[in-house]
Amino acid sequence: MTRRWFWPLFAMPGAVWLVLLFLVPFYAVLAVAFGGVDPIFQAPVPVWNPLHWHGDTMRSVLDQLRPGQVFWIVFLRTFAYVALALAGCLAIGYPVAYYLARHARRFKALLLVLLIIPFWVSYLMRMLAWIGLLLPDGLVNRTLTGIGLLSHPYGWLDGQASSVIFALIYGYVPYLILPLWATLDRIEPHLLEAGRDLGASPWSTFFHVTLPLSRQGILAGSVLIALPMFGDYYTNDVISGSPRTSMIGNQINLFFQGGPQRTVGAALVIVLSVVLAILMSYYLWSTARASRLEVV
Amino acid sequence: MRRFRGWLANPWAKPRFLVVVTWGYIVWSVVPVVIAILFSFNAGRSRSVWQGFSLRWYWSDPNQSVWNDPTLRGALEQSLRLAALDMVIAVPLGVTLALGLTRWRGYGARPVNLLMLFPLVTPEIVMAVSLLLVFVTLYGVALGTTAQVLGQVTFSVSYVVLIVRGRLLSIGRQYEEAATDLGASPLSALRLVLLPLLAPAIFASLMVVFALSIDDFVVTDYLSSDASTQTVPIRIYSSVRGTTTPALNALATVMVATTLIAIALAFVIYRRFNAASGADTSALRDIAALEV
Repeated sequence: MTRRWFWPLFAMPGAVWLVLLFLVPFYAVLAVAFGGVDPIFQAPVPVWNPLHWHGDTMRSVLDQLRPGQVFWIVFLRTFAYVALALAGCLAIGYPVAYYLARHARRFKALLLVLLIIPFWVSYLMRMLAWIGLLLPDGLVNRTLTGIGLLSHPYGWLDGQASSVIFALIYGYVPYLILPLWATLDRIEPHLLEAGRDLGASPWSTFFHVTLPLSRQGILAGSVLIALPMFGDYYTNDVISGSPRTSMIGNQINLFFQGGPQRTVGAALVIVLSVVLAILMSYYLWSTARASRLEVV
Repeated sequence: MRRFRGWLANPWAKPRFLVVVTWGYIVWSVVPVVIAILFSFNAGRSRSVWQGFSLRWYWSDPNQSVWNDPTLRGALEQSLRLAALDMVIAVPLGVTLALGLTRWRGYGARPVNLLMLFPLVTPEIVMAVSLLLVFVTLYGVALGTTAQVLGQVTFSVSYVVLIVRGRLLSIGRQYEEAATDLGASPLSALRLVLLPLLAPAIFASLMVVFALSIDDFVVTDYLSSDASTQTVPIRIYSSVRGTTTPALNALATVMVATTLIAIALAFVIYRRFNAASGADTSALRDIAALEV
């Protein structure tokens, strides 16, 4: 009897914690989104019984999600920024991870430490660093005007989409490099040698051996950084601060700092979660398929 | 020119292209932070124009330095307080959960396993909003330090489970079985055999939780009450766009220095622990493997 309960007992505290502080809170978002609003204080009144839920808030949010409406534009913008930032991260991260896995013999330990440093410097500290550089009288503007590329300082921080995407790349690329490196590092050098021995050029060895073998790493790394980017609002706030570049995270944050519109914010959280759950299931489906193929 | 054409045709053969991209990336990722640290020593009020060296923003300025401005100093203290509490709660919770999940072969294990993965893929704003709503509408937990710790532990636990579980799977069960065959009770087998074997993973977890806590902005901000529960990232977020002084850079620098010193110390201790087994990079590996 004691044997049977020994290990489950170990799992209990953590399991209870996750139920109370992850599962129930998410249900609270549903209860608020499908609940009512106090007529006097405008505070959300959660409805805990799903039989009594009513969808007024959700309907109005979905209404705004139709093409051309406010939330539709914000969602499209979010997708565009995340896609561009992801492409930028891969363009930088893949060569770096490849170099680390294949060629960095002598410098491997040093490189690894240098690549891990951003993990130990807080994200907002790294944003602070760029804000200092991008200020009207910052180093970037002074250098560009100094060499004559700009005639007068450019307002990098005045609601520029390019600055936001640039900051997202800078912020998230470290988190992509390590999983990519872990995948590339696992590829057996014999496979590449076999490719070369069979007459493939380095390019086609790369395209036919390395790239397909690292596909899962690319996918996993992309998911790892795309999910937090979808909920990111602080990068946008500190780099742009303008509604012109606002992403879905900014929209949600706005409703929660604003007060009476918390039910709308909660409904948007649910919409975002559903969208991400769909993306996530695609990822899980593709990894499951890949591992099935490997077995065959 | 011929060299350039050769490079275009086959940039992957000799890694010149890769060398440039890699070291270029490193310079790009580190130099801005170094410049921000340099400006924390600026004598003037500017964060972008150098006006001479001083320690004014660390302690000599009577009102606005990190040492003398209570909001800046308070933010530093709150960051470290939350990190300590998060480590103390999340690591034991995660270690026991990992032990339970890997050894428990019942019906309940699968759903808990799944539930444990969810916080890893949930964007922080979703977690922050849901915790805020549940604390306000259902649990009646007052916003502030308690709520912040509860929130931070919730997103930290899963990382601990991943690290410890990875190590548990590579250890296997044979050591424990040997101990119980020799007459140890499950509990003493755990204490005398398994926990010492798990030490590197526990150490790696402590470091990761520390970094997660120090770095966190969204959950900590949503669950903060007033100025007294603001952390360093919250201070940076709320004042970086205003007309602020290099004291903000100084605050961030102190945080970076604290983190780096803590990690350096931890590695020295860890190396001493593992001098015999020669496993000094395994904590690094544990952390890197975690990201997959």
